[in-house]
Amino acid sequence: MKKIFFPLLLGLSLAHAQTPPESSCLICHRQLEAELLAPVTAWANDIHAGSGLGCESCHGGNPSPAVADDPEAAMSRAAGYRGKPARTSIPRLCASCHSDPAVIKKYNPALPTDQLASYRTSRHGELLFQKGDDKVAVCSDCHGSHGILAAGDSRSPVYPLNVPATCGRCHADAGYMAGYGIGVGQVADYEASVHGEALLRKRDTAAPACNDCHGNHGAIPPEVKNISHVCGRCHFNNAGLFARSPHAQPFEEMGLAQCETCHGNHNITAPTDARLDPTGSEFACGSCHEPESAGWKNGAEMFAILHAMKSKIATADSLVRRAERAGMEVSEAKFIISAANDELIKARTQVHTFRSALLQERSKTGVDLANQAVGLGRAALQELQYRRQGLAVSMVIIFAVAAALYAKIRRKDREWQQSQERG
Amino acid sequence: MSTIVAKSSFWRERFPVDAVVHFFARKTVPLHRHTIWYYLGGMTLFFFLIQVGTGVLLLLYYRPTAEAAFESVQFIMTKVQFGWLIRSLHSWSANLMVAAAMIHMFSVFFLKAYRKPREITWVSGVLLFFLALAFGFTGYLLPWNTLAYFATRVGTEIVSVVPVIGHELLLFLRGGEDVTGATLTRLFGFHVAVLPMLTTTLLVLHLLLVQVQGMSVPPGEEARAVQRKPMPFFPYFLMRDLVGWLVALGMLAALAALFPWELGEKADPFAPAPPGIKPEWYFLFMFQTLKYVPAKILFLDGEVLGILAFGLVGVFWLLVPFLDRHPEAGGRTRWFTVFGWLALAFIVVMSLLAYVVPQTF
Repeated sequence: MKKIFFPLLLGLSLAHAQTPPESSCLICHRQLEAELLAPVTAWANDIHAGSGLGCESCHGGNPSPAVADDPEAAMSRAAGYRGKPARTSIPRLCASCHSDPAVIKKYNPALPTDQLASYRTSRHGELLFQKGDDKVAVCSDCHGSHGILAAGDSRSPVYPLNVPATCGRCHADAGYMAGYGIGVGQVADYEASVHGEALLRKRDTAAPACNDCHGNHGAIPPEVKNISHVCGRCHFNNAGLFARSPHAQPFEEMGLAQCETCHGNHNITAPTDARLDPTGSEFACGSCHEPESAGWKNGAEMFAILHAMKSKIATADSLVRRAERAGMEVSEAKFIISAANDELIKARTQVHTFRSALLQERSKTGVDLANQAVGLGRAALQELQYRRQGLAVSMVIIFAVAAALYAKIRRKDREWQQSQERG
Repeated sequence: MSTIVAKSSFWRERFPVDAVVHFFARKTVPLHRHTIWYYLGGMTLFFFLIQVGTGVLLLLYYRPTAEAAFESVQFIMTKVQFGWLIRSLHSWSANLMVAAAMIHMFSVFFLKAYRKPREITWVSGVLLFFLALAFGFTGYLLPWNTLAYFATRVGTEIVSVVPVIGHELLLFLRGGEDVTGATLTRLFGFHVAVLPMLTTTLLVLHLLLVQVQGMSVPPGEEARAVQRKPMPFFPYFLMRDLVGWLVALGMLAALAALFPWELGEKADPFAPAPPGIKPEWYFLFMFQTLKYVPAKILFLDGEVLGILAFGLVGVFWLLVPFLDRHPEAGGRTRWFTVFGWLALAFIVVMSLLAYVVPQTF
């Protein structure tokens, strides 16, 4: 979703590179200090200012520079001045333009106009509109108020890399979250997860931030039965295999979340084969299946298949590396090993069928490739041996001929010496 | 026996066999304490012959296009019977040939063998040496691997500093603005047709002159050479040559078998240049020197001046016999000897620095 939004918003932000129109509000507030000057400073960069909107669009009043010296006239209730909007009114205020396709079309026809509708379905919207709870996030909490930037602008609090911190401003604050019955460790867990690693450390904006799983304007916790759909949007192969697996139905009946049950939610770490190792502490199957039960054995079998595949590839790799260090040309073998590693990745995906027989079938190509590479590695090492033997034999011949020649030179030299003495 | 005689008379009637046999039978090699250096020319010739033989064999499988060059060398290295050996011999022998030629050239220089009447022998020899370097440069790109690709880019870039025609020269060498498949085909043409033709012509001239004029005796050794009876070329000197060649062959075989020449990764023109790009060892001293030349010398570009200076030294080196006209007179020739030692020290130090100093670009 954000992949479509951001370029459009960025386009909009680039399209408005103009200075905000002068108004009575700006003239007067520029002479004020601190809190009352701050909106003017921030406004200079605001995406709305660049689109020709003025303070009066949200705050009302008379923006004419002619009344700059007359605060009464500028902030006259008769001119519609409403001052600082109440938090509870902010979503509707923003929506007065953003839900109106006719208005939005003038600025960015591709910008959706259903944000308020989505927001109403979110936990935030529910609490605000149904319970009047004004502690929940409203538009300005995530987007800012006077310095709103396009979501594609890396300085924006809703830019993908900034989203976890933006959500965390409330959701990681135990004091603020008190009374809502949800923990505050999600952001910390997320930061330690593979997704957090990819987004925050590797700065891969394709990695999911909070809004990619929870929604942005319609932010809600995914329900148990939806989790596989959420994860499956990116991990569609795993989700597809799981849906057809023997686990799908019992999980649903028992109310177990599909992916989350084994992988966790915010703290998802890189999955390892150790999760299938019946002798290890991370054995995931053992948390539900009794030792030696069919499910337990199935997990153990899958582990054995993957282990066999990995060791075969490792053997091939070590043989080929040895040959390569000795100067042999092994690019073909290396290419095959790389293909075998691809097969290993595919086989690991196959684990989500939870059928060791299927995994066994799937692993065949990879094992065959690894065997092929082992063969090439062995052949390369044999060839190396053959070359060394050939070299040894050649050296013996070459030096025997050289030695014979040297003996001949000595003899000829003596003859020559004698003939010189005689002559 | 009668057949041999008949055959022999067949050749005698058609070719001055007797004259040639007579010439070689009378050919002698002066004996003195520097006689050992006389073997280097033959050694260079031996490596050259190996280059010709292995080069022709490589031609049977090599395909000079950007799409197929790397794969064809890979095929030679893995699938062709003894292909790995032929390619490794070709690469190792190329390097040993340049080394032997270099030693041969410097020994000739220090022994003043370029003196009258051997000026043309020296000029043809220096030109042959330059041709050997050109062989090295043109052959380097042929496997079309990453290192070769980027080294050739840097190498061909250098000619563009030549005043006035630099850019045209670059276009001529590359067959376009950049190093592409056209460059590969072009350098291949130079490597297997143009350079061998020039080399063969010059080599025939060089060897002919050596035969006609005989071995030069260095100044200061004349007395010693006169005292000792010279060694007949046949069979004494030739047999010693053969021992040297056999040792060289053994060395080549060992290098080729124990350290097969690497192929590396196929060139990817869109990939960034790998770090630490270095030319072959015989170009290293020039490469390293250019790094130390300041970017600007007065109002001129430092690199351009550096390259022009190398060009001038090359011309000077070629014209040595005409500049050092009276080596026997002493004074003037001593300066040439000093220059030779300085040049040698410069080459050694700069080459070592290129290996020791970490490459920053």
